[in-house]
Amino acid sequence: MKRVYVNEKWCLGCHLCEYYCAFAETGEKDMARALRDGKIKPRINIEEKDGVSFAVSCRHCPEPLCVKGCITGALTIADEVITVDDDRCVSCYTCILSCPFGAISTSDDGAVQKCELCVKTAGGMPACVKGCPNNAIVFEERG
Amino acid sequence: MAVNFLYPVYEVARNYDRCIACRVCERQCANEAHEFLTGENKLVCDDAKCVNCHRCVALCPTRALKITPSGNTYKTNANWSGKTIDEIYRQAESGGVLLSSMGNPENYPVYFDKILLNASQVTNPSIDPLREPMETKVSLGAKPVNIERDETGRIKNNLPPRISLSMPIMFSAMSYGSISYNAHESLARAAEDLGIFYNTGEGGLHEDFYKYGANTIVQVASGRFGVHPEYLNSGAAIEIKMGQGAKPGIGGHLPGAKIFGDVSRTRMIPDGSDAISPAPHHDIYSIEDLRQLVYSLKEATGYKKPVIVKIAAVHNVTAIASGIARSGADIIAIDGFRGGTGAAPTRIRDHVGIPIELALAGVDRRLRDEGIRDNVSIIVSGSIRSAADVVKAVALGADSVYIATSALIALGCHLCRSCHAGKCNWGIATQVSELVKRLNPDLGYKRLVNLLTAWQHEIKEMMGGMGINSIESLKGNRLMLRGVGLNEKELDILGIKHAGDG
Repeated sequence: MKRVYVNEKWCLGCHLCEYYCAFAETGEKDMARALRDGKIKPRINIEEKDGVSFAVSCRHCPEPLCVKGCITGALTIADEVITVDDDRCVSCYTCILSCPFGAISTSDDGAVQKCELCVKTAGGMPACVKGCPNNAIVFEERG
Repeated sequence: MAVNFLYPVYEVARNYDRCIACRVCERQCANEAHEFLTGENKLVCDDAKCVNCHRCVALCPTRALKITPSGNTYKTNANWSGKTIDEIYRQAESGGVLLSSMGNPENYPVYFDKILLNASQVTNPSIDPLREPMETKVSLGAKPVNIERDETGRIKNNLPPRISLSMPIMFSAMSYGSISYNAHESLARAAEDLGIFYNTGEGGLHEDFYKYGANTIVQVASGRFGVHPEYLNSGAAIEIKMGQGAKPGIGGHLPGAKIFGDVSRTRMIPDGSDAISPAPHHDIYSIEDLRQLVYSLKEATGYKKPVIVKIAAVHNVTAIASGIARSGADIIAIDGFRGGTGAAPTRIRDHVGIPIELALAGVDRRLRDEGIRDNVSIIVSGSIRSAADVVKAVALGADSVYIATSALIALGCHLCRSCHAGKCNWGIATQVSELVKRLNPDLGYKRLVNLLTAWQHEIKEMMGGMGINSIESLKGNRLMLRGVGLNEKELDILGIKHAGDG
């Protein structure tokens, strides 16, 4: 299964992945129109300190604590990808508390949001990977 | 003082309808030209800091930025251009020599653009390189003059050491220090992948790059930085740099600020010390002296590697080349006046030297006239911009070309010509670690491979059109060239006819 992997050696901390992520979610054609107000809630976030930076998004753990903790079954893992069912989510935020990577966040529409590898939006190639100017985020199969 | 005020040459035009204030421009500008105003949630720009490198333009996800000439002008004057006036203001303030980077940008004739190539029609068939074999491989070095036989009559292999390239193109000398580790790695890996060579320049060879030795030309220049027996033996050929097209007659100077850590270790000089390469080699004042260095280097490497002597194209280049061809050197590299540099005095870069096309034609003819053309191969450099330039150079007599500016552009260089500031936003001409990492060699080397693969295809297409199926048949084949807009003297020097003249 292909995953999003990050390599901090090549991460420039430019934050473009966050914007391409947020843009992909909007489904709009033009980023300037889609993200006009400048406030974004991306599903990938840059962590940076002391000159080191890297992007963090859902690792799609084989034994996910978020799925285990979800009280309504809104979070499920299928084909090694963890997705959220917005209709089932009751915003208890147990998943947010239990995710060891901090990769789940609140969503504006009441549910929670997380990286779903763009399976619902960009179709195939995650937008963050496509938008990274330095190959610091890659989408590949690793043993 | 108000008199010193120079209005910015460029303006960063931001389309606020498209700007989403993602701040990538601010984060990526090493010159700190962009600033985010938190209260207003808005980005603004100080045009005076912009060097027009296009990093922000290229990374802006909404295409909200472009760079335009600022348009501020002095009273129109055909003699005193705005640039000239600005330079006088700068010197009146600083009292210093003006510095510039990359190649000569001034409006001198580009002879390659005044030469056109031939193609076959009717009487001789052109060749389709997609259907028929086409040879772009070349071999550089001296050719033996006589066939020697052993006592049984078999031909003895008396071929002097040579290097073989898959196409007549190599990466020219750029030192580790003037360009970054990642730029060097990109060049080395691309050279290996393509079956060509890259050149260390005068900065020694980083220990990580010894593994690319089979595709490395190691340089020995007047400062002798980083030279030791292991270094000399690690490469496939050794180049003695006598001169550089961008700055003939003067040495080099890598500021101490760029010399720390790996750079200082590789150059074998202390941290923070300026690396000053003298203008002359202090042990070379004649061809005889040069011969001594050529043979010292051959001795040090067991006569197994060809020695290249690189000179700048200057007025008496043909006589100098004739001397070098008799010095024991295997290859002469001639660098034209448009050659690039990480830093050179502006006046030298823009006013010293001669065009490579004329130098090449002159040298090739003189060596042939003197019967010593086979003593050496000729490499030319100094603004080889495309496959067409390569083909024209080969037809004028070159065995191979060196490219550097084209290679850097492939790696992301936008020719902002600010290398000497050391803050290259593309991670090429800098040693600042957070800038160096912007050039990922995994991507960089592939772009170089792509570029030269494309050029190789184009070379084959052009050769095929001429009905030539091997670079060897194109070499010095001036019948394939015609001049346009050149006078008798220029045509005579180039050894070509004018277009329409038979």
